[in-house]
Amino acid sequence: MNETIRGLLTRVGGLPVAVTELEDGADLYAAGLSSFASVQLMLGLEEAFDIEFPDSLLNRKSFASIAAIEQTVSHILQAREAA
Amino acid sequence: MSLPAFAADMALSARAQRVATVAAEFADRIDRDGRFPREAVDAMKAERLLGIQIPTAFGGEGASITEIAEVCSILGQACASSAMVFAMHQIKVSSLVAHGADSAWHMDFMRELAGRQLLVASATTEGGIGGNMRNSICAIEVDGDTCRLTKDATVISYGAHADAIMVTSRSSEKAAPTDQVMTVFRQGQYTLQKTVDWDTLGMRGTCSDGFLFKGEAPSAQIFPKPFAEIAAQSMLATSHLLWSGVWYGIAADAVLRAQAFVRAAARKAGGTQPPGALRLAEASNLLQLLKGNILSGLKLYADARLDHDRLSSMAFSIAMNNVKLASSETILTIINQAMIICGIMGYKNGTPYSLGRHLRDAHSAQLMISNDRILGNTSTMLLVQKPDTSLLG
Repeated sequence: MNETIRGLLTRVGGLPVAVTELEDGADLYAAGLSSFASVQLMLGLEEAFDIEFPDSLLNRKSFASIAAIEQTVSHILQAREAA
Repeated sequence: MSLPAFAADMALSARAQRVATVAAEFADRIDRDGRFPREAVDAMKAERLLGIQIPTAFGGEGASITEIAEVCSILGQACASSAMVFAMHQIKVSSLVAHGADSAWHMDFMRELAGRQLLVASATTEGGIGGNMRNSICAIEVDGDTCRLTKDATVISYGAHADAIMVTSRSSEKAAPTDQVMTVFRQGQYTLQKTVDWDTLGMRGTCSDGFLFKGEAPSAQIFPKPFAEIAAQSMLATSHLLWSGVWYGIAADAVLRAQAFVRAAARKAGGTQPPGALRLAEASNLLQLLKGNILSGLKLYADARLDHDRLSSMAFSIAMNNVKLASSETILTIINQAMIICGIMGYKNGTPYSLGRHLRDAHSAQLMISNDRILGNTSTMLLVQKPDTSLLG
């Protein structure tokens, strides 16, 4: 999952720094992630993991770092398995 | 004065009305000369309106955004420039209240702001960023306990008249353009060299000149939170809601003038309705729509105020964007209706029905944060966020 997220970030994130240099916990907004790029990233994640983000998770915190995204996506996948 | 009479006299709306009386007296002169509404701002200080939002623990009155929006609308009915200065000041104070309570310096500043009624301005716009305040080119230089900043600020509303300015910048020389902080600089800690004149169609009294800002202050004056959070959690909502309060005031006064015109005409014609009477009904309908729009936004903010996740959610941003779009567009339609009702008496300056200033001031609404930019942001969010379809929630 981490690799997929990093791949998407490289493709649509438009960050001024190399994604490989970012730690999992690094603040993506501080690294230069724009709100437009964050939406592109969300769309990419929905496509890659065949999920849909519920409105309650569409906030800055859910996408603030690679680790936060992993957690958000895992949360949705787990909820789906449990259902 | 009896205690109940004293309490009524000290009610926020009564104090705002007294300031509005002063603001109304000077409104035309301020508009004509493009000068700062000194008399109205002095009246705000005398009525102690500048510190109302500061929590009582720091010497303020803990007024809510809803109460402050009401003050904005009362002032907006008298003089839009004065009302906008008040609104912009309160937007800066909202950042202080929401994000300054963890920092000793900012807490002291809140106490002093409430005590001495300090007027706070904002320098978020910069030459070269293309109007997007969530980017900075300039960077703050932190040198131990001291920080230094130079900014080509193309707009600092009432900058030359403020007691302090909150300035955004990159957090360091190495930081990305979106990695921003905001710093409070107090008068005496900065110099302003005027670079651009504010000679505009309307809102002439906000004196939003451009300046080359150069400041040096203790580093403790930098807000401890990233500006991205401050913008999302206090500025976005309070800007759209308080601006809307001002705009509502402009439109409400236009409708009032149109009604006075229709009544005067009906009296002369022995009760026969003048042709504009139907439009007055339409304008009143639109004004009510505008009021509903703002009130629903204020309620949404009041409900979400303490929930950081909700404040930074897309659903909330879209709702606030929609408040701004609707308010800024509807007021133009309303004032135009009022102008058609009043006819040449509305078009002329210096009549009791003059609407030129209202119309010119109102035209700023769709430009301060361009509606096209806001539509663009909302449409981007709607790629993932479902539109709100609930009536009550």
